[in-house]
Amino acid sequence: MGAPNHNMRTPLARVRGLGSARSGTEHFWRQRMTAVANVPLTIAGIVIVIALLGRNHAAAAQILGSPLIAIIMLLFIFSVATHMRIGMQVVIEDYVHEEKMKFALVMLNTFYAIAIGLASAFAILKLSFGV
Amino acid sequence: MAEAPSSAPRAPVRPLSPHLTIYKWPITMAMSIAHRVTGTGLYFGTALLAWWLIAVASGPNAYSNFQMLAGSWIGRLVLFGYTWALLHHMLGGIRHLIWDMIVGLDREGREWLSWATVVGSVTLTLLIWIVVYFFTGGLR
Repeated sequence: MGAPNHNMRTPLARVRGLGSARSGTEHFWRQRMTAVANVPLTIAGIVIVIALLGRNHAAAAQILGSPLIAIIMLLFIFSVATHMRIGMQVVIEDYVHEEKMKFALVMLNTFYAIAIGLASAFAILKLSFGV
Repeated sequence: MAEAPSSAPRAPVRPLSPHLTIYKWPITMAMSIAHRVTGTGLYFGTALLAWWLIAVASGPNAYSNFQMLAGSWIGRLVLFGYTWALLHHMLGGIRHLIWDMIVGLDREGREWLSWATVVGSVTLTLLIWIVVYFFTGGLR
Protein backbone atom coordinates (compact mmCIF):
# COMPACT_ATOMS: atom_id res chain seq x y z
CA MET A 1 0.00 0.00 0.00
CA GLY A 2 2.06 2.94 -1.25
CA ALA A 3 -0.22 5.96 -1.65
CA PRO A 4 -2.08 7.16 1.45
CA ASN A 5 -5.82 6.52 1.41
CA HIS A 6 -7.53 9.85 0.69
CA ASN A 7 -10.84 8.08 0.30
CA MET A 8 -13.59 8.61 2.89
CA ARG A 9 -14.75 5.05 2.36
CA THR A 10 -13.41 2.34 4.62
CA PRO A 11 -11.38 -0.48 3.06
CA LEU A 12 -14.20 -2.90 3.94
CA ALA A 13 -16.78 -0.77 2.10
CA ARG A 14 -14.51 -0.64 -0.93
CA VAL A 15 -14.05 -4.41 -0.96
CA ARG A 16 -17.77 -5.01 -0.64
CA GLY A 17 -18.35 -2.57 -3.50
CA LEU A 18 -21.99 -1.96 -2.65
CA GLY A 19 -21.94 1.84 -3.02
CA SER A 20 -24.35 4.38 -1.57
CA ALA A 21 -27.47 2.39 -2.46
CA ARG A 22 -26.05 -0.57 -0.47
CA SER A 23 -27.12 -3.09 -3.05
CA GLY A 24 -24.28 -2.83 -5.52
CA THR A 25 -24.99 -3.93 -9.08
CA GLU A 26 -27.43 -6.65 -8.05
CA HIS A 27 -30.46 -4.98 -9.62
CA PHE A 28 -28.53 -4.09 -12.78
CA TRP A 29 -27.36 -7.64 -13.25
CA ARG A 30 -30.68 -9.27 -12.36
CA GLN A 31 -32.49 -6.96 -14.81
CA ARG A 32 -30.24 -8.14 -17.63
CA MET A 33 -30.40 -11.79 -16.63
CA THR A 34 -34.21 -11.76 -16.60
CA ALA A 35 -34.15 -9.78 -19.88
CA VAL A 36 -32.18 -12.59 -21.53
CA ALA A 37 -34.54 -15.20 -20.05
CA ASN A 38 -37.58 -13.19 -21.14
CA VAL A 39 -36.70 -13.39 -24.84
CA PRO A 40 -37.26 -17.15 -25.39
CA LEU A 41 -39.96 -17.25 -22.70
CA THR A 42 -41.91 -14.40 -24.33
CA ILE A 43 -41.74 -16.08 -27.74
CA ALA A 44 -42.93 -19.35 -26.15
CA GLY A 45 -45.64 -17.47 -24.26
CA ILE A 46 -46.97 -15.84 -27.44
CA VAL A 47 -47.06 -19.22 -29.20
CA ILE A 48 -48.92 -20.76 -26.24
CA VAL A 49 -51.48 -17.93 -26.13
CA ILE A 50 -52.09 -18.16 -29.89
CA ALA A 51 -52.46 -21.94 -29.65
CA LEU A 52 -55.08 -21.47 -26.95
CA LEU A 53 -57.16 -18.82 -28.73
CA GLY A 54 -60.63 -19.91 -29.62
CA ARG A 55 -60.49 -23.13 -27.64
CA ASN A 56 -63.15 -24.04 -25.12
CA HIS A 57 -62.48 -24.06 -21.40
CA ALA A 58 -61.75 -27.77 -21.08
CA ALA A 59 -59.12 -27.68 -23.82
CA ALA A 60 -57.50 -24.49 -22.51
CA ALA A 61 -57.36 -25.88 -18.96
CA GLN A 62 -55.87 -29.16 -20.16
CA ILE A 63 -53.18 -27.53 -22.31
CA LEU A 64 -52.18 -24.94 -19.68
CA GLY A 65 -52.00 -27.67 -17.06
CA SER A 66 -49.83 -30.05 -19.08
CA PRO A 67 -46.34 -30.31 -17.52
CA LEU A 68 -44.24 -28.73 -20.29
CA ILE A 69 -46.60 -25.78 -20.88
CA ALA A 70 -47.08 -25.26 -17.13
CA ILE A 71 -43.32 -25.20 -16.50
CA ILE A 72 -42.73 -22.71 -19.34
CA MET A 73 -45.53 -20.47 -18.04
CA LEU A 74 -44.18 -20.64 -14.47
CA LEU A 75 -40.68 -19.67 -15.65
CA PHE A 76 -42.19 -16.88 -17.76
CA ILE A 77 -44.19 -15.49 -14.83
CA PHE A 78 -41.24 -15.68 -12.43
CA SER A 79 -38.86 -13.95 -14.84
CA VAL A 80 -41.41 -11.31 -15.86
CA ALA A 81 -42.42 -10.49 -12.27
CA THR A 82 -38.77 -10.06 -11.25
CA HIS A 83 -37.99 -7.96 -14.32
CA MET A 84 -41.02 -5.69 -14.05
CA ARG A 85 -40.47 -5.08 -10.35
CA ILE A 86 -36.92 -3.80 -10.91
CA GLY A 87 -37.98 -1.83 -13.99
CA MET A 88 -40.83 -0.04 -12.25
CA GLN A 89 -38.62 0.70 -9.24
CA VAL A 90 -36.21 2.51 -11.56
CA VAL A 91 -39.11 4.50 -13.05
CA ILE A 92 -40.38 5.43 -9.57
CA GLU A 93 -36.91 6.47 -8.39
CA ASP A 94 -36.45 8.58 -11.53
CA TYR A 95 -39.68 10.55 -11.25
CA VAL A 96 -40.81 10.53 -7.61
CA HIS A 97 -38.52 12.66 -5.46
CA GLU A 98 -40.62 13.07 -2.34
CA GLU A 99 -39.11 10.56 0.09
CA LYS A 100 -42.26 9.22 1.76
CA MET A 101 -44.15 8.89 -1.51
CA LYS A 102 -41.16 7.19 -3.14
CA PHE A 103 -40.83 4.77 -0.23
CA ALA A 104 -44.55 3.92 -0.38
CA LEU A 105 -44.57 3.43 -4.15
CA VAL A 106 -41.45 1.25 -4.16
CA MET A 107 -43.12 -0.90 -1.50
CA LEU A 108 -46.42 -0.99 -3.40
CA ASN A 109 -44.48 -1.99 -6.51
CA THR A 110 -43.04 -4.99 -4.69
CA PHE A 111 -46.49 -5.98 -3.42
CA TYR A 112 -47.91 -5.76 -6.95
CA ALA A 113 -45.13 -7.83 -8.53
CA ILE A 114 -45.38 -10.54 -5.87
CA ALA A 115 -49.19 -10.59 -6.04
CA ILE A 116 -49.23 -10.91 -9.85
CA GLY A 117 -46.51 -13.56 -9.81
CA LEU A 118 -48.07 -15.60 -7.03
CA ALA A 119 -51.63 -15.39 -8.39
CA SER A 120 -50.47 -16.52 -11.84
CA ALA A 121 -48.34 -19.32 -10.41
CA PHE A 122 -51.23 -20.48 -8.24
CA ALA A 123 -53.57 -20.60 -11.24
CA ILE A 124 -51.06 -22.62 -13.30
CA LEU A 125 -50.36 -25.05 -10.45
CA LYS A 126 -54.08 -25.47 -9.79
CA LEU A 127 -54.64 -26.40 -13.44
CA SER A 128 -51.60 -28.65 -13.39
CA PHE A 129 -52.52 -30.58 -10.28
CA GLY A 130 -56.17 -30.65 -11.29
CA VAL A 131 -57.70 -29.75 -7.95
CA MET B 1 -41.61 27.73 -18.85
CA ALA B 2 -39.34 30.61 -19.73
CA GLU B 3 -40.81 33.43 -17.61
CA ALA B 4 -39.63 34.04 -14.07
CA PRO B 5 -42.02 33.06 -11.25
CA SER B 6 -44.30 35.94 -10.26
CA SER B 7 -43.41 35.60 -6.58
CA ALA B 8 -39.84 36.68 -7.33
CA PRO B 9 -40.19 39.62 -9.72
CA ARG B 10 -36.63 40.85 -9.18
CA ALA B 11 -34.98 37.57 -10.16
CA PRO B 12 -32.94 38.07 -13.32
CA VAL B 13 -34.32 36.30 -16.37
CA ARG B 14 -31.53 34.03 -17.44
CA PRO B 15 -31.44 32.14 -20.70
CA LEU B 16 -32.47 28.51 -20.38
CA SER B 17 -30.63 25.76 -22.14
CA PRO B 18 -32.75 24.07 -24.79
CA HIS B 19 -34.81 21.17 -23.46
CA LEU B 20 -36.96 18.31 -24.81
CA THR B 21 -39.50 20.63 -26.42
CA ILE B 22 -36.83 22.34 -28.54
CA TYR B 23 -34.89 19.46 -30.01
CA LYS B 24 -35.86 17.48 -33.05
CA TRP B 25 -36.31 13.98 -31.67
CA PRO B 26 -33.47 11.69 -32.65
CA ILE B 27 -34.65 8.12 -33.24
CA THR B 28 -32.48 6.88 -30.37
CA MET B 29 -34.25 9.23 -27.96
CA ALA B 30 -37.70 8.25 -29.27
CA MET B 31 -36.87 4.56 -28.85
CA SER B 32 -35.48 5.14 -25.36
CA ILE B 33 -38.74 6.79 -24.34
CA ALA B 34 -40.76 4.10 -26.14
CA HIS B 35 -38.88 1.42 -24.22
CA ARG B 36 -39.87 2.96 -20.91
CA VAL B 37 -43.45 3.62 -21.98
CA THR B 38 -43.95 0.06 -23.30
CA GLY B 39 -42.33 -1.34 -20.17
CA THR B 40 -44.75 0.61 -18.01
CA GLY B 41 -47.67 -0.55 -20.15
CA LEU B 42 -46.56 -4.17 -19.89
CA TYR B 43 -46.23 -3.77 -16.12
CA PHE B 44 -49.95 -3.13 -15.87
CA GLY B 45 -50.73 -5.46 -18.76
CA THR B 46 -49.29 -8.39 -16.79
CA ALA B 47 -52.41 -8.12 -14.64
CA LEU B 48 -54.38 -9.17 -17.74
CA LEU B 49 -52.19 -12.26 -18.10
CA ALA B 50 -52.80 -13.10 -14.44
CA TRP B 51 -56.53 -12.47 -14.92
CA TRP B 52 -56.59 -14.83 -17.92
CA LEU B 53 -54.76 -17.61 -16.02
CA ILE B 54 -57.03 -17.20 -12.99
CA ALA B 55 -60.08 -17.26 -15.28
CA VAL B 56 -58.98 -20.58 -16.79
CA ALA B 57 -58.27 -21.97 -13.31
CA SER B 58 -61.62 -20.73 -11.95
CA GLY B 59 -63.82 -22.59 -14.42
CA PRO B 60 -65.96 -22.31 -17.58
CA ASN B 61 -67.98 -19.29 -16.43
CA ALA B 62 -65.01 -17.08 -15.57
CA TYR B 63 -63.30 -18.25 -18.74
CA SER B 64 -66.22 -17.38 -21.00
CA ASN B 65 -66.49 -13.96 -19.35
CA PHE B 66 -62.85 -13.33 -20.15
CA GLN B 67 -63.29 -14.65 -23.71
CA MET B 68 -66.23 -12.31 -24.22
CA LEU B 69 -64.29 -9.25 -23.04
CA ALA B 70 -61.13 -10.22 -24.94
CA GLY B 71 -63.20 -10.77 -28.09
CA SER B 72 -64.93 -7.37 -27.94
CA TRP B 73 -63.51 -4.58 -30.09
CA ILE B 74 -61.98 -2.82 -27.09
CA GLY B 75 -60.56 -6.11 -25.86
CA ARG B 76 -58.97 -6.77 -29.24
CA LEU B 77 -57.59 -3.24 -29.32
CA VAL B 78 -55.98 -3.77 -25.91
CA LEU B 79 -54.58 -7.15 -26.98
CA PHE B 80 -53.22 -5.64 -30.19
CA GLY B 81 -51.52 -2.88 -28.21
CA TYR B 82 -50.27 -5.46 -25.71
CA THR B 83 -48.75 -7.53 -28.52
CA TRP B 84 -46.95 -4.51 -29.97
CA ALA B 85 -45.72 -3.30 -26.55
CA LEU B 86 -44.42 -6.78 -25.74
CA LEU B 87 -42.55 -7.14 -29.03
CA HIS B 88 -41.26 -3.57 -28.99
CA HIS B 89 -39.97 -3.94 -25.44
CA MET B 90 -38.43 -7.31 -26.33
CA LEU B 91 -36.60 -5.96 -29.38
CA GLY B 92 -35.62 -2.83 -27.43
CA GLY B 93 -34.24 -5.10 -24.72
CA ILE B 94 -32.21 -7.06 -27.28
CA ARG B 95 -30.89 -3.71 -28.57
CA HIS B 96 -29.81 -2.81 -25.04
CA LEU B 97 -28.14 -6.21 -24.59
CA ILE B 98 -26.21 -5.61 -27.83
CA TRP B 99 -25.16 -2.18 -26.56
CA ASP B 100 -24.17 -3.76 -23.23
CA MET B 101 -21.59 -5.78 -25.18
CA ILE B 102 -20.21 -2.47 -26.54
CA VAL B 103 -21.39 -3.25 -30.05
CA GLY B 104 -23.32 -0.90 -32.35
CA LEU B 105 -22.70 2.25 -30.35
CA ASP B 106 -21.40 4.38 -33.24
CA ARG B 107 -23.83 6.75 -34.96
CA GLU B 108 -24.69 4.40 -37.79
CA GLY B 109 -25.03 1.36 -35.53
CA ARG B 110 -27.18 2.93 -32.86
CA GLU B 111 -29.53 4.55 -35.38
CA TRP B 112 -29.86 1.33 -37.36
CA LEU B 113 -30.64 -0.62 -34.19
CA SER B 114 -33.20 1.98 -33.10
CA TRP B 115 -35.00 1.91 -36.45
CA ALA B 116 -34.84 -1.90 -36.45
CA THR B 117 -36.65 -1.88 -33.09
CA VAL B 118 -39.69 0.02 -34.34
CA VAL B 119 -39.81 -1.50 -37.84
CA GLY B 120 -39.35 -4.99 -36.39
CA SER B 121 -41.97 -4.60 -33.67
CA VAL B 122 -44.63 -3.24 -36.04
CA THR B 123 -43.90 -5.93 -38.66
CA LEU B 124 -43.95 -8.77 -36.14
CA THR B 125 -47.15 -7.49 -34.52
CA LEU B 126 -48.95 -7.36 -37.87
CA LEU B 127 -47.61 -10.81 -38.81
CA ILE B 128 -48.80 -12.33 -35.53
CA TRP B 129 -52.28 -10.83 -35.92
CA ILE B 130 -52.50 -11.98 -39.53
CA VAL B 131 -51.58 -15.48 -38.35
CA VAL B 132 -54.17 -15.26 -35.57
CA TYR B 133 -56.92 -14.12 -37.92
CA PHE B 134 -56.30 -16.26 -40.95
CA PHE B 135 -54.90 -19.45 -39.49
CA THR B 136 -56.72 -19.86 -36.21
CA GLY B 137 -60.07 -18.38 -37.15
CA GLY B 138 -59.75 -15.20 -35.07
CA LEU B 139 -60.33 -14.80 -31.38
CA ARG B 140 -63.62 -16.66 -31.18
